[in-house]
Amino acid sequence: MEKQKTKFSVQGVKGGIAAMKADTQFTNDRLRWISNVKGFVLGLFRFVLIIGVCYVILGPVLGIISSSFFSDTDNYNPMVYMIPQEPTLYRYQLALQYLDYWKTMGSSLLYSLSLMVIQVLICSMVGYGFARFNFPGKNILFACVVVMIVIPTNTIMLPLYMTFSNFDVFGIIKAATGAPLNLLSTPVPVYIMTLFGCGLRSGLYIYMFNQFFRGLPKEIEEAAFVDGAGTWYTYFRIMLVNAMPSVITVAIFSMVWQYNDTFYAKLFLVSDDIVISKKISTIEASISNVEKILDPNILELFLDAGIVLIMIPVVLIYVALQKQFIEGVERSGIVG
Amino acid sequence: MAEEIRAKKKKKRSLSQRRAMKGFIFILPWLIGFIWFYVRSIIMTVQFSFSELSVNPGGGYTLEFVGLDKFIYAFRAHASYKQVLTTSIGNMLIDVPLIIFFSLFMAMLLNRKFKGRTLVRAIFFLPVILNSDAISAAMDLARSMMSGGISNSAAELAETASGSGVGLEYYIQMFTSLGLPDVIIEYVSGAVGRISDIINASGVQIIIFIAALQSIPGSMYEVAKIEGATAYETFWKVTFPMVMPHIITNVVYTVVDSFTESEVVELAYTTAFQYFDYGLSSVFSLVSTLVTCLILVIVCRLIQKRTFYYN
Repeated sequence: MEKQKTKFSVQGVKGGIAAMKADTQFTNDRLRWISNVKGFVLGLFRFVLIIGVCYVILGPVLGIISSSFFSDTDNYNPMVYMIPQEPTLYRYQLALQYLDYWKTMGSSLLYSLSLMVIQVLICSMVGYGFARFNFPGKNILFACVVVMIVIPTNTIMLPLYMTFSNFDVFGIIKAATGAPLNLLSTPVPVYIMTLFGCGLRSGLYIYMFNQFFRGLPKEIEEAAFVDGAGTWYTYFRIMLVNAMPSVITVAIFSMVWQYNDTFYAKLFLVSDDIVISKKISTIEASISNVEKILDPNILELFLDAGIVLIMIPVVLIYVALQKQFIEGVERSGIVG
Repeated sequence: MAEEIRAKKKKKRSLSQRRAMKGFIFILPWLIGFIWFYVRSIIMTVQFSFSELSVNPGGGYTLEFVGLDKFIYAFRAHASYKQVLTTSIGNMLIDVPLIIFFSLFMAMLLNRKFKGRTLVRAIFFLPVILNSDAISAAMDLARSMMSGGISNSAAELAETASGSGVGLEYYIQMFTSLGLPDVIIEYVSGAVGRISDIINASGVQIIIFIAALQSIPGSMYEVAKIEGATAYETFWKVTFPMVMPHIITNVVYTVVDSFTESEVVELAYTTAFQYFDYGLSSVFSLVSTLVTCLILVIVCRLIQKRTFYYN
């Protein structure tokens, strides 16, 4: 009896399935439903992943910002996480004072801005030279640009140090003043190197400009030439204007990296008052010495406040220009 | 008289020669700098590494040729150089493939259109903007302070994770009992432990890959779809070959970047400016640069063999 019943029901189910298969409307709905669910699950997966990665990136930044508002009691209270109970601006007050913030920031920005202008001018010129002119040995010289990107500056730091501690050009300075110049502890070495296209990551910028200029149509220049424009006029008034996306990208890169750079600043002993990202590393020690704060955990809070202060201009520039920036990298730059 | 000669000279040059001259003038500043700072410095580094350098009190320095002594000292007698070099290179070899695959994966995720894409891209690029020494040191501190599961090493990760109830060790044991080789498990758990380093190091690479993905013509995907290729097949037959050339760019960038931030560089710096042993420092940087270049050449050869160039 029971056996029969199951048999019947199995048949019934089979019949039902057959009927369902015949019903195209139902099959279509089912397929659509499956693909919807698939899409939803994939979307959810992507969402979770992106949120997670963003957390990994933003987490420490948020941690630094929140702990820069911690008061002493918050710091010792194990119940406090992220949101301080008694927020204080004392950290900022001292950090502003010990960094000599406005003055240092002003000269630091001036330093990186002026280097940025030189960097953009020289690198775009060299990139244009490589992209548009044919001269003997061009390929070998361009290979040298790649070598410049690949060889880290650390390899040549000693000779650079020596060169600038006894700076001389073919013995001219020695003949004039009696001794070679010591350019260390001034920003001059960085300026000289940037002026001759060997500054911080100049190779990369030359490469980017070269790729971009090669992508521009040749007809623009030919038209300018026919109209009687000279090479320099064409370069400054036509090519450089057309290369604006690339110029913006390189400008931001060079500005931000120069601002953050401590390697050259340390190597050439550039003064702390010009390079704020170098000054920040001494803030803990100076506060501890003068204010007699000995707890390293508390000192760290001052460091956090200082770091928030030096991050502000970079983040502002980035937020203002980030769209042009990322699109610039995508369109103009590194990708050939 | 002189002007006449100049005029004659000018006449003789053809248009292409004049163009060549102009091009040369455009690259001249860089060429001077390259010879002055790079070629000369590399020669000097080699020189230093074969000699004992002493700084004269009046300025300048004298070199005394000592042959291979410094090299022998670096490899036979120095306390930590061999170890630092091998760990740096080992870390580099482990990190580079991880960074490349992670950034390719992320680029593919970010290449799709979704709400808030610009914001997410901006966040992904943030580590590139904030890559100052001081900031990253403070970031590391903040990270360990906030350790909600993400910490520096795999061992720490296992501890914190088991503390929060996930029990990474349990998973490791499970995979071991599944018969997966220890090497792979160690590699993966190490990668999980270093995930924040990897994410922070792959900002530029992600952008390069996004650009590469956008340069793939859409018609290729249409063809693949019409021919009935699945998403998996489309990836391996269309996307991957098309981004292959950019993998080389990214490998070069990543290797150079990780070398610049490695401990070898720090060791060379302290040897030179704290212990004033300039020759030894030159040996350190020279050897590690040579090793890096060798790795770059080998890796690029390997990839280039399998690379397909569209144009």
